[in-house]
Amino acid sequence: MNTAESFAKLPVAPKPPLRRFHQARWDEPIIFELSAPGRRGVAVPGPGAAPVELPASVRRAEPPKLPEMAQLHVLRHYLRLSQENLGVDLNIDVGQGTCTMKYSPKVNDRFAGAVAELHPLQHEDTVQGVLEIYWRLERMLAEISGMARVSLQPGSGSAAIYANIAMIRAYHAARGEGHRDQVITTMFSHPSNAACAKTAGYEVITLMPDAEGLPDIEALRAAAGPRTAALMITNPEDTGIFNPRIQEFVDLVHEAGGLACYDQANANGILGITRARDAGFDLCHFNLHKTFSTPHACGGPAAGACGVSEELAPFLPGPVVGFDDGTYRLETPAASIGKVRPFLGVTPNIVRAYAWIMALGGEGLRQVAETAVLNNNYLMHRILAIPGASAPWGRRRVEQVRYSWQELTEETGVHSEEIGVRAADFGVHYWTSHHPYVVPEPFTLEPTESYSKEDLDEYADILAHVASEARSDPAFVKEAPYNQSVHKIDMTSLDDPGEWAPTWRAYVRKHLS
Amino acid sequence: MTGEPAIGLVVNPVAGLGGAAGLKGSDGAAAQRAALALGAVPRAGERAARAVRALLSRRPGARLVTVPGPMGEDAVHAAGGTCAVIHPPAPPRPAPGLAEADGPMGARLVAGTTAQDTRRAVVALAGVDLLLFAGGDGTARDVLDALRELGGQAPPVLGVPAGVKVYSGCFAVSPATAGLVAAAFRPGRTGEAEVVDLDEDGYRRGLVGPRLYGTVRVPEARAAFSGRKTGSSGTPPATVEAVAREVVSRMRPGVRYVLGPGATTRAVGREHGVATTLLGVDVVEDGRLIAADVPEAALFDLVRPGKTVVVLSVIGGQGFVLGRGNQQISPRVLRAARAPLLVLATQRKLAALRGRPLLADSGDEDLDRRLSGHVQVITGHRESTIYRLRAASEEYDG
Repeated sequence: MNTAESFAKLPVAPKPPLRRFHQARWDEPIIFELSAPGRRGVAVPGPGAAPVELPASVRRAEPPKLPEMAQLHVLRHYLRLSQENLGVDLNIDVGQGTCTMKYSPKVNDRFAGAVAELHPLQHEDTVQGVLEIYWRLERMLAEISGMARVSLQPGSGSAAIYANIAMIRAYHAARGEGHRDQVITTMFSHPSNAACAKTAGYEVITLMPDAEGLPDIEALRAAAGPRTAALMITNPEDTGIFNPRIQEFVDLVHEAGGLACYDQANANGILGITRARDAGFDLCHFNLHKTFSTPHACGGPAAGACGVSEELAPFLPGPVVGFDDGTYRLETPAASIGKVRPFLGVTPNIVRAYAWIMALGGEGLRQVAETAVLNNNYLMHRILAIPGASAPWGRRRVEQVRYSWQELTEETGVHSEEIGVRAADFGVHYWTSHHPYVVPEPFTLEPTESYSKEDLDEYADILAHVASEARSDPAFVKEAPYNQSVHKIDMTSLDDPGEWAPTWRAYVRKHLS
Repeated sequence: MTGEPAIGLVVNPVAGLGGAAGLKGSDGAAAQRAALALGAVPRAGERAARAVRALLSRRPGARLVTVPGPMGEDAVHAAGGTCAVIHPPAPPRPAPGLAEADGPMGARLVAGTTAQDTRRAVVALAGVDLLLFAGGDGTARDVLDALRELGGQAPPVLGVPAGVKVYSGCFAVSPATAGLVAAAFRPGRTGEAEVVDLDEDGYRRGLVGPRLYGTVRVPEARAAFSGRKTGSSGTPPATVEAVAREVVSRMRPGVRYVLGPGATTRAVGREHGVATTLLGVDVVEDGRLIAADVPEAALFDLVRPGKTVVVLSVIGGQGFVLGRGNQQISPRVLRAARAPLLVLATQRKLAALRGRPLLADSGDEDLDRRLSGHVQVITGHRESTIYRLRAASEEYDG
């Protein structure tokens, strides 16, 4: 090639203001469809570690029906899938509001890998190091929440909520108050509260927001009574609004003889600033994959933590780790509700969360919250400058905002979902809201501490651009996406138990046989 | 032909005319004339075209069947589609004294399209698998009338919102959504939706009062792109069934239950195994239907003080639980029952009130005030909320 020609175009033209993004589209089959008999990948054992022959008693008679593939094909398959995806390591992931998408430092994965070889049934004496991590993380979360004890066993936020409601049930039963059969929650609390309470057999009373966007305290007054088992409430709620009367909510429920349970899915903006126990809560939970930076894991296993007051501690799921005489021991609390998942917990995620907190320290945690709130205020300022966007009730928000495109929709006929899909053409996306939509044409943004000002500007610029497209060419926006790997999909199968297939086995059973 | 379901389309070309002109509706030739004089541009055809465009984008081979001109055919063509055209027995004709309108569809708008034309078109298209109609609540009523005429032959329908008043549950949230729902439609999968309408003369004077006219079968559909991260909103029919299950589980022997009008209360009857009416007030006790579609005087005689529970659903978009479509449940009936009201509503319906209270307008303001406060509203099986109920008179006084 002629040298003069190859450099003829230097310097390269400046980048346009918005990224010319295009998602990969590999048309990749499911891994089970790629399987061919006899194909293998080989992991050569390292030096020194002699291969262990399993005794016949624990060997399977038949090998598991896993896909049979060569190493290259496995690698290629997952790289392709990763290219067809969006996520916190790839894009500006502030649109998955309430999910607290933050950077998970890669070094923590190496620490997590260090425990991969442990067996969950190893004797306590041989796993003192891991037990110490459990114990120390428990103490840290107890300090952060003000609670007496914390269980790290739940495999997700909802599992932690379920463990909490199971403890509430056991607590009332132990006091001869098993007749308390109602749980009160709020419309903007995480819906897992209502779902878990119902799964545990409770009748659920959901308080609707009042004209100020806060749960109606008069309704709580009318709802609380001798049948009240607990209030299960998120604060700040999914609107990003911190309930300034939260203390009164807790007191009202206590006066009625119920317990107050704090869903801390939205804890990222209050770390080191407020504590659940200080407001009188009896129980709380954390999503370690939200607030404490472990991976979300797309449905699991993530990690949850349940914090309880001294009075509830006997009911914690077991085992918990105790420390006595320089030794860590597994203990089952006196009136334990039992296990909410096998063994101790999701150990790799416990290690990650521990490493993350250790790296930050107390001051660092508070700085996380302050930065998350600052980022949210900045993004809110940018979003509200877009014509057609609004934040109902006009209140200050903590770490996230549920916005509305109502005005834009009324003027253009373009709906929030459609704007979100068009934004995906620029490599970002957002989530609207849980159902039913109380905020019309909703979108929920939560810029955690991880994002730079440039990131937030780019995100806001994309939404501003799409909103202006909605005005100039609504049909074009409605037809989006154009640069994505998947175009429009029919979600109705998600609602039909006869059709959904979360595993290959279910897919074969429901659709191929 | 192919196994493609046939999708019918009927457009009420004058729907929505009154909206832009601030006339709060387009029912009647006078309102339509006034709207045209004020420069209103018909938009129903354009909105129907949007639905068709969305339908074809998802399902290019969709089989469309419609009626000639502005009542359907034009919209399909405007969307770049093709269709079979069926001529209803009596073709539309201009009404005396109505000017032809301007605008994209208006040039060919036969401005005298009447309720009768809508009904005739629906009957002509009875053979389709799903019928889309573009209009408002008034149009929905005309469609309902025609479907009643067809009886068991009536196809499911889906409204393309194009009117001023769109309170009925049979409308999709937008024209495009209507098209996408139609594209995803599979025959046999239907639910039930209410047709409600306001008295437009009253509405123009500021007196709002929705009335329930009946129910139609609609595709069992959810928002086409709900972008959710957890389960679904729950299908509306399933939610209504869950509310009904809860009410029945709360029923006690020896207590009379007065079921007000509405699809939710009728579902209670269904769950209970008795054939209650949609529009009337029915009385059940111990699994038996004591009386159906009872007028006020008879109802009053049936009330047993302290042993009668009145079950009401929320009618229309304004949050009325008393005084709209259920005037049989009069102040003296409510006084005699002497038990708290049992109010039913889905969370979705309450969310649509945007924090506004439920309203009571029983005809006796003192009683309304006494009923007001925070009431339990059943929203599902073992699910409820506590919601504010106000006397309508106070709400409108501010």
